[in-house]
Amino acid sequence: MNFNFSEDQLLMKEEVKKLLDKENSVKRNRNVLEGEEKFDKELWNQLVQMGLTATTIPEEYGGIGMGFLELCVIAEELGRGIAPVPFSSSVYLATTAILNSSNEDIKKEFLPKLASGEIIGTFAHSEKTTFPSESGISVAAKSGKITGKKVAVPDGDIANFSLVSATSGKNKIGLYLVDLSADGVEIDSLETFDPSRSHADISFKNTPAQELSADAWEDIEKLLDQSAVLFAFEQVGGAEAAMNQAKDYAMGRYAFGRAIASFQAIKHKVADMYISLQLARSNCYYGAWALSNDAPELPTAAATARVSATKAFYECSKENIQTHGGMGATWEFDCHLFYRRARLLSSNIGSQGIWKDKLITSLEKSNSPT
Amino acid sequence: MDFNDTKDEAKFRDEVSSWLSANADKKEHAKDIYRPAEMSGEGESGESSALKDAKAWQAKKYDAGWACLHWPKDYGGRDAAPMERVIWGQEESKFKVPGGFFEIGQGMAGPVLMLYATEEQKKRYLPPMAKGEEIWCQLFSEPGAGSDLAGIKTKAELDGDTWTINGQKVWTSGAHYSDYGIIVTRSDFSAPKHKGLTYFFLDMKSPGVEVRPIKQITGGANFNEVYFTDVKIPDSQRLGEIGDGWKVSLTTLMNERLAVGDASGVDFQEIFELAKDQDFNGDTAISNGAVREKLADWYCEQSGLKYTKMRNISALSQGSTPGPEASITKIVSANKLQDIANYGMDLMDNASIARDEETAIFQGSLLGAPLIRIAGGTDEVLKNIIAEQVLGMPQDIRVDKNVPFNEIPTGSKN
Repeated sequence: MNFNFSEDQLLMKEEVKKLLDKENSVKRNRNVLEGEEKFDKELWNQLVQMGLTATTIPEEYGGIGMGFLELCVIAEELGRGIAPVPFSSSVYLATTAILNSSNEDIKKEFLPKLASGEIIGTFAHSEKTTFPSESGISVAAKSGKITGKKVAVPDGDIANFSLVSATSGKNKIGLYLVDLSADGVEIDSLETFDPSRSHADISFKNTPAQELSADAWEDIEKLLDQSAVLFAFEQVGGAEAAMNQAKDYAMGRYAFGRAIASFQAIKHKVADMYISLQLARSNCYYGAWALSNDAPELPTAAATARVSATKAFYECSKENIQTHGGMGATWEFDCHLFYRRARLLSSNIGSQGIWKDKLITSLEKSNSPT
Repeated sequence: MDFNDTKDEAKFRDEVSSWLSANADKKEHAKDIYRPAEMSGEGESGESSALKDAKAWQAKKYDAGWACLHWPKDYGGRDAAPMERVIWGQEESKFKVPGGFFEIGQGMAGPVLMLYATEEQKKRYLPPMAKGEEIWCQLFSEPGAGSDLAGIKTKAELDGDTWTINGQKVWTSGAHYSDYGIIVTRSDFSAPKHKGLTYFFLDMKSPGVEVRPIKQITGGANFNEVYFTDVKIPDSQRLGEIGDGWKVSLTTLMNERLAVGDASGVDFQEIFELAKDQDFNGDTAISNGAVREKLADWYCEQSGLKYTKMRNISALSQGSTPGPEASITKIVSANKLQDIANYGMDLMDNASIARDEETAIFQGSLLGAPLIRIAGGTDEVLKNIIAEQVLGMPQDIRVDKNVPFNEIPTGSKN
């Protein structure tokens, strides 16, 4: 058995890591956080040139025809580098949604441009402060047009188009594709907790929309499960980076005449980070297996990976600050960049409570949780 | 990324599975356990019949070549690859078979004998150990030396070719039914702590060895105190050089950490089933959000351990050495056991206090968990190991190094 990534996949991971290290992705995160740009276009273009936006897109649509496993290793490295780019919105969500769909016209029109990085997509789902349930969607589609408001859409002011969940009549939720430069679209950029990733409220007023499906709630749930595995890998990458920062700092910081890393209070803290990281990583690997095999276990595996990776990134990023002492809480040190990103990734695609509930629901359905 | 056997692994698994099917009863449920016929309802008095059954099963495996698979054939093993040993374990766990008496001998004493005993001794002691004919225990901890094992005081004095041992060991699992033991002693009290130790094996029936059971908070008695009064050990039973006992002990401890696995008792499945049945504010407990959150956390831990194990097995299958990830298993599973047991009793409210069929496993787990968090390396020691050996953080600054042992304070001073 080989419950691990292949040598080629690990090689690809290393290449992505090298690029992000060379481009100093963490510094670029800070530049976006402090500056006016909504994302780092230069870094984005490099990722596109490396073919990363084309990863899961079949060759017939201009992609390179790899699979989700390759996307998992890319996600981990983007997380490690807290890259300030709209990759999760455009690749994990928008590209996967279109790949999942059976609408050949939309595939032919959008996939080649997503692969080449010519366009960026996102997924607009939330409408209130809580993650939407099926009955909580009020944006409405009627005769090829949608009306209503979506809030805090990740990369909403960067993307060229968005998938939008909307009622399609008869108590069904549909999934629509909307050109964000179309008439009746109003985009309000938001001041956010982690300005290295842009978010916007988007209002639609009789905006033209292409229908992917008029009965899409299950498709949306699946899309969220698929992306949850990828988000979880990104979180694991970030968590590992934060743990290593804490360890490295503790080994080089001296107090009371000795490296603080020699104190058990610090060692046990870092060991706890390691434990939560290993649990999350192992759950992510299972998620990757379920995702790449489109296995019936995906809902359980995805929620498990997501919940444990969310926990790991939060713990590692907060205890990294604690290990650094006062300097960890300064603007100058990078600790807060990871702390912000941990919170952001926990909120995108639904918070911890939502995923824990999804997990137990899926175990109740499967009836044989272990 | 897959869970599939290679061709050779699949072939080996078939071979194992068909031998087991012909010689043992398959479990109907994953949680089924082997029960000796005479043990039902008799509590502790069933130990001797459990031992008899375990010995019979071990001998059957030995005769068919399925004991201590990874050991050399000359010593009663099979020369099997690490992955074959894993497959054997996976398949055997699907059957209702007895066990639980040979792990310390085969897992800890065996590897030390293989490294340090003479060829003649290996041929004499290893095969009966593999067959389960002779049972071994490990005499390490003392009242004044638990996590700080190198603080032991049991005294060994050499006169001619014979050592005389005086002192006390504690927490010795199975000493009362063991034939032999491995023991670490102090042969030089004026040498620094880690330099004055010497390691032996001995016959547990030697004159001067006295075994007294320790009653645990569960009411059971799996461990013992062992007293040594002028016990004689021939120098030929010394393992390693005089004063080199610490090095030999480390070999044993490394194997101990591999041998101590998941904590047994209540796990996610039990609390999940309980939450589905249990009434909570007029509804089932599982429909309550707070309960669901807790269940989700435990499921994630259980699953994380399961797939951490898979990653390790995968490394073996690929011919590489498993990573240090396994060191997290006992910390996570013992704490999970304790918390699930406590929460289960919480869900059963005041009725949880009465002992009945439903509460017994939660009560037993709650009382058993504290010792699991301590045995085979405490949570705190294991976290030090993760920090120092896995992550490369520095050791604590020591006040007991390079100081003669008899000048170091040890044990309890209150």
